[in-house]
Amino acid sequence: MTLEEERLLLRVTNLTKYYDLIIGCRNISFDLYRGEVLGIVGESGSGKSTLLNCISARMEPSAGMVEYDTRAEGLKDLFQLSEAERRMLMRTDWGFVHQNPCDGLRMGVSAGANIGERLMAVGARVYGDIRESASAWLTRVEFDTDRMDHLPRTFSGGMQQRVQIARNLVTEPRLVFMDEPTGGLDVSVQARLLDLLRKLVDDLGLSAIIVTHDLTVARMLSHRLIVMRGGEVVESGLTDQVLDDPQHPYSQLLVSSILQA
Amino acid sequence: MNEQTIPASGTPASGKTGYNFAYLDEQTKRMIRRTILKAVSIPGYQVPFGSREMPLPYGWGTGGIQVTASVIGPDDTLKVIDQGADDTTNAVSIRRFFARTAGVATTDETGEATVIQTRHRIPEEPLKHGQILVYQVPIPEPLRWLEPRESETRKMHALQEYGVMYVRLYEDISKYGHISTAYDYPVIVNSRYLMRPSPIPKFDNPKMDNNPALQLFGAGREKRIYAVPPYTSVKSLDFKDYPFEIQKWEEDCALCGAENSFLDEIIIDDQGGRMFVCSDSDYCQKRREAGYRGKDPSAPRGNELLDDAAESA
Repeated sequence: MTLEEERLLLRVTNLTKYYDLIIGCRNISFDLYRGEVLGIVGESGSGKSTLLNCISARMEPSAGMVEYDTRAEGLKDLFQLSEAERRMLMRTDWGFVHQNPCDGLRMGVSAGANIGERLMAVGARVYGDIRESASAWLTRVEFDTDRMDHLPRTFSGGMQQRVQIARNLVTEPRLVFMDEPTGGLDVSVQARLLDLLRKLVDDLGLSAIIVTHDLTVARMLSHRLIVMRGGEVVESGLTDQVLDDPQHPYSQLLVSSILQA
Repeated sequence: MNEQTIPASGTPASGKTGYNFAYLDEQTKRMIRRTILKAVSIPGYQVPFGSREMPLPYGWGTGGIQVTASVIGPDDTLKVIDQGADDTTNAVSIRRFFARTAGVATTDETGEATVIQTRHRIPEEPLKHGQILVYQVPIPEPLRWLEPRESETRKMHALQEYGVMYVRLYEDISKYGHISTAYDYPVIVNSRYLMRPSPIPKFDNPKMDNNPALQLFGAGREKRIYAVPPYTSVKSLDFKDYPFEIQKWEEDCALCGAENSFLDEIIIDDQGGRMFVCSDSDYCQKRREAGYRGKDPSAPRGNELLDDAAESA
């Protein structure tokens, strides 16, 4: 086994998803290594979210393969795993941060319970311990622990997003999927959240796949970029390389459409 | 309904022509018995069944009645309780229903009954081998308030993903400092299925564990039957540092002086006066007949309460 293969976490091969006759995404292949953050950018309808849903096993692709380096058995095809194994993977080794916190949080239970849920799902049965780690994680995402017993709907959008991030990280996943994690937040909150995410990814050695239409987010967080259009990858490479010297006409258009300050 | 009385079904209803024994037609009973067999084989698992229209509204015990009608035979003795008492409306009407349509003997005494249909309580007197306890269940799905999708809750049962149930207990503790869920307290049956024990107080939860009687649960509106076979483990969910506890009262029963039975609080005047009495009327009466007395000197000695109720009815 080469060094490259040892560090491999996720491998996507010729992934294709059709919605009836409409193409969601087509022939997508890439590798993700440990500790690496991959950005997927493109305009609305370019297949970013379809791709993310397929590789996070929330949707079954029409063709192609997604392999993940499971802790127990090494590289395994996700869709060959049993549903129980797949759901276990989602609850423990993976995280999924939704654009809208309503999709990722239980709005009817407190912030503490939201974070504790994943621990309880993997068998934590001591209230004191659950509460302690919920509180520790809230501190880590710079959330005021005085409010850990309040319901998420009483929080601002930025606070909800922090709770959602804490909820995902509490089981110490190795891979986190993020769908527009800073969408819908105002610019100053976005900046603080981005700082936080960058710090967490660094500290924990997380791998992440981030879908965004915001090139600033992509530049700040991701090491590598994939540019998508019409369900296909038009360009990929190191983030700086793609953003500073785009080769494909569409990437050039995307980069030039950012307002220059 | 099948208007023909099928002789194979046993004694026809006493004096009532036009009804099959125990109201339901034989095909329906076979279907429900098959469902019950499956439920007994998979303790705690909710088995769907073709619930029928019954001559009483949903929520009044249509599930329990269908289960009782399917398991009862001409030699059985039926007891029906509602909130522990034999003389409440629901109990009286269901008991009368089976006395008329099946002609079976009825009783108030827990020890003499072979089939007991119940709402909200398990009798205080320990059940015996050979008895059947039938619960009326309003909402069978324990995960319902946490996960509204039926497809998802079934998957959660199949994969034993019950962590979310603890979220509810966690919320209780973080809000009130203790687990405040007082009735319909979730249990794990036979170390496998999460089950909602119908709205019995958690006081009764320990009685379900390793009980010699067969326990059947029928939900008519939701069309589900589930069961706890005799001598099956039933464990209430809890945290290691917040163990499961049952309710306690500061007073004993005012009538019979019982220290460890489930007590109802009864308002006796408009001056704030109140008394605590056993919710299980048969148990309380038996104790009074045996000479036990509570602190209320005017307490009736035996059957008077029931007799009064019968007279005024």
